[in-house]
Amino acid sequence: MTFGETAPARESVFLNPSAQAQGKPAGPAITQAKLGNGLEIVVIEDHRAPVVTHMIWYRNGSADDPPGKSGIAHFLEHLMFKGTKNHPQGKFSELIADLGGQENAFTSNDYTAYFQRVAKEHLSVCMDYEADRMKNLVLSDEEVSPERDVVLEERRMRTESDPSEQLGEALQAALFTQHPYGRPIIGWSHEIESLDRADALAYYDRFYTPENAILVVAGDVEAAGVVRLAEKYYGPIAARGAPPERFRPHEPEPRAHRLVTLADEKVEQPTQQSIFLVPSYKSAAPGEAESLEVLAHLLGGGHTSLLFKTLVIEDKLAVTVGAHYQGTSVDDTRFYVFAVPAEGVSLERLDAVIDAVIARAARGVPESDVQRAKNRLVAEAIYAQDNQATLARWYGSSLAAGLSLEDVAQWSERIEAVRAEDVKKAVRWLDKRRGVTGFLLPARAEASSATANADKTASVAL
Amino acid sequence: MTTLAATEIPSRASTVQKIVSKGGIEAWLVEDYAVPLIALEFAFKGGAAQDPIGKPGAATLLAGLLDEGAGPYDSEAFHRALDEDAIEMSFSADRDILTGRLQSLARNSVRAFELLQLAVTRARLDAEPFERVVSQIAAGLKREANDPDFVAGRNFRAMAYPNHPYGLPVRGDLATLPALTRANLIDMRAATFARDTLKIAAVGAIDAAALASHLDDVFGPLPEKAGLTPVAPAAFAGAGTRHVFHIDVPQSTIRFGRQGIARKDPDFIAATVVNHILGGGIFSARLFREVREKRGLAYSVYSQLAAYDHAAMFSGGTSTQNGRAAESMAVIEKEILSLANEGPTEEELDKAKKYLVGSYALRFDTSTKIASHLLHLQTEGFGVEYLDERNKLIAAVTMEDAKRAGKRLLGDGKLLVTVAGQPDGM
Repeated sequence: MTFGETAPARESVFLNPSAQAQGKPAGPAITQAKLGNGLEIVVIEDHRAPVVTHMIWYRNGSADDPPGKSGIAHFLEHLMFKGTKNHPQGKFSELIADLGGQENAFTSNDYTAYFQRVAKEHLSVCMDYEADRMKNLVLSDEEVSPERDVVLEERRMRTESDPSEQLGEALQAALFTQHPYGRPIIGWSHEIESLDRADALAYYDRFYTPENAILVVAGDVEAAGVVRLAEKYYGPIAARGAPPERFRPHEPEPRAHRLVTLADEKVEQPTQQSIFLVPSYKSAAPGEAESLEVLAHLLGGGHTSLLFKTLVIEDKLAVTVGAHYQGTSVDDTRFYVFAVPAEGVSLERLDAVIDAVIARAARGVPESDVQRAKNRLVAEAIYAQDNQATLARWYGSSLAAGLSLEDVAQWSERIEAVRAEDVKKAVRWLDKRRGVTGFLLPARAEASSATANADKTASVAL
Repeated sequence: MTTLAATEIPSRASTVQKIVSKGGIEAWLVEDYAVPLIALEFAFKGGAAQDPIGKPGAATLLAGLLDEGAGPYDSEAFHRALDEDAIEMSFSADRDILTGRLQSLARNSVRAFELLQLAVTRARLDAEPFERVVSQIAAGLKREANDPDFVAGRNFRAMAYPNHPYGLPVRGDLATLPALTRANLIDMRAATFARDTLKIAAVGAIDAAALASHLDDVFGPLPEKAGLTPVAPAAFAGAGTRHVFHIDVPQSTIRFGRQGIARKDPDFIAATVVNHILGGGIFSARLFREVREKRGLAYSVYSQLAAYDHAAMFSGGTSTQNGRAAESMAVIEKEILSLANEGPTEEELDKAKKYLVGSYALRFDTSTKIASHLLHLQTEGFGVEYLDERNKLIAAVTMEDAKRAGKRLLGDGKLLVTVAGQPDGM
């Protein structure tokens, strides 16, 4: 059992506080279709319970926020609950609640998604409204203004009150020198404050189109029936001609390691985190992303991982350590390594030993370790089949990140195909020059740290 | 009033097999082969309420060490064994119970139950993982030391239940953690791991005979009777008082609460409906509407009922900018008083009942959720038939019931309030 793990940076921000599942599926009956107006459809059948999960994914997220308007994707996600020409504010939520349904929405770097979970006979109600708000959103200043305050409170809660989150933001900003992944999903406070009704509607008009959306329905349904229903509700939405273009400036080849420290009097427990710029499932050469996935598990996936064995069990330098590959991403993405030091161990020392373990992995990894990591990952895909909402999220996020249905369906096979040699090769991405290291420190330790600056400031040292 | 879905759904209780093994171990099983998985959950009475005096966190530490080496395996070997067959095993301590969870691919189930048997009956509690898990818990506590949510919550609990185990932190605290010994854990295990308080739920690709045989292997070796230390009933203290804990953050995190209604109280169901109207539902709740939607005071605002074996609590919380913390609290208090004095509207009552009845189905769409719910019903002392009764009970709540329960629950509106941050005017 591991307590007190450092979670890597949040990958999506929810409309309302809620848990989120992550997993890797395989197996169930999947059907794909496309309407004449360009709306893509994926149906995942699961007949164990008379329940259905209805999701609409838009292929735009925080990385598509126009310059100076960070947070607009997430702000609009909140505003999408404000009502349409046909349904005044709150009407749809009321209807869903009357049906015993649950709903929420979330925004990530590359996508924004809305979902409802209801008894299967109410699927058409969800489609009716979701189609309506794809084209008929109505916003008034009276609604926009308090909702902007809600988002600012959300940011105060998540980030402004938490030095660890503030360091996380500084790390992303340092890793991505020009790609918009460097901006927080929720946006910077000063830019959120300036977002208004006109910004929201301009963004809505640009991105909320059938060509830019993916409908994912999972549950006790039959595919042909779902497509017929979708045709009825989503079909009449006029096509716009082409999906909106995503303009994403590429990140230059990183050359300099960056160290970011944040010292704050609220910090009692120092932590270390490194992020490396690596290819995503979408941007990688064939097999490379899968190798990084296996590498993350082998390096930092639990008690038998290389980092855990060395740092926690053998050298007792850390109380916990882990790694995570954020592979589902349109552009080059992040590989995280994080650790919590044992009492009295400096972050510099911890970091040096992590480097040594990575260097060792670069010289080769045991085949048995690779096999064990692959077993775990492939099993996760089977475990995911137990949860229709997890499957819907996996398919939706993958497609929204530009992957194909085949990419998802063949994921387990591709993981199985990874060899020790491939994992060894993938370690080259964890070159220090491609990464940013973050130190979270108590304020009192700051004086003794050569790299730290003034109190409560995030500093970047090259 | 519209028809509620309760009568339309085929009996849920009839999908549950109540099995009794040769050795007399009882379990609830939902057999389902659609996905090649097995999910098992079980619990012993005990939990943090049984922590030794002056040593909170013992149950959490014990739970944390059960998968850290058992029988012939040290910690690493045990984890390797779990990894090799992709078996998920975890344990956690709550206020009144210690819970175990097992998930396995059907093809690895024999191995999964073997390892579970070792963890339950022969966990080694070795020195290395003991020290390590203590340090992990300590690091977690330090990470949260100045987290507003944690500070408001921890102090709220301490003030609500002074001089009672329910007032102490489940994970212990930094000052007393080092005093915990292996002997404490061995005593706790001997006193609480027993067949008479054991509850088990299993869902998935396994039949009754195979499950029964595994259960005899895993739990058969345990003593028949637990030796629990009696826990006194705990009344909620501090209503009508307000406490501020200063942390240098731009937002005030608020916890509020008062005495709740016991799980087996005839008014509990009606109180659940009233709480849903106040702050249980997300978009529909009064607090959401008044605090978030109309005034933009907070991102999160909620209320909830908690029922423990020896106490009942109504509580809620929000986080709002320091300058408007007093305003937020005033809005919340006004809504609580108005619901207590005037009760809900017919429409609110109707809608809350519809939601609570209709959404029950969403708890039964994954094996792990079903196992967890079936275990929960058992630890609360309900029979299988409750699966079918639950919605009927909610549907039967009348306006008179809601007003009575609302008055009992919210009463004079006096609250214990803890605030972490730099609130203005509080």
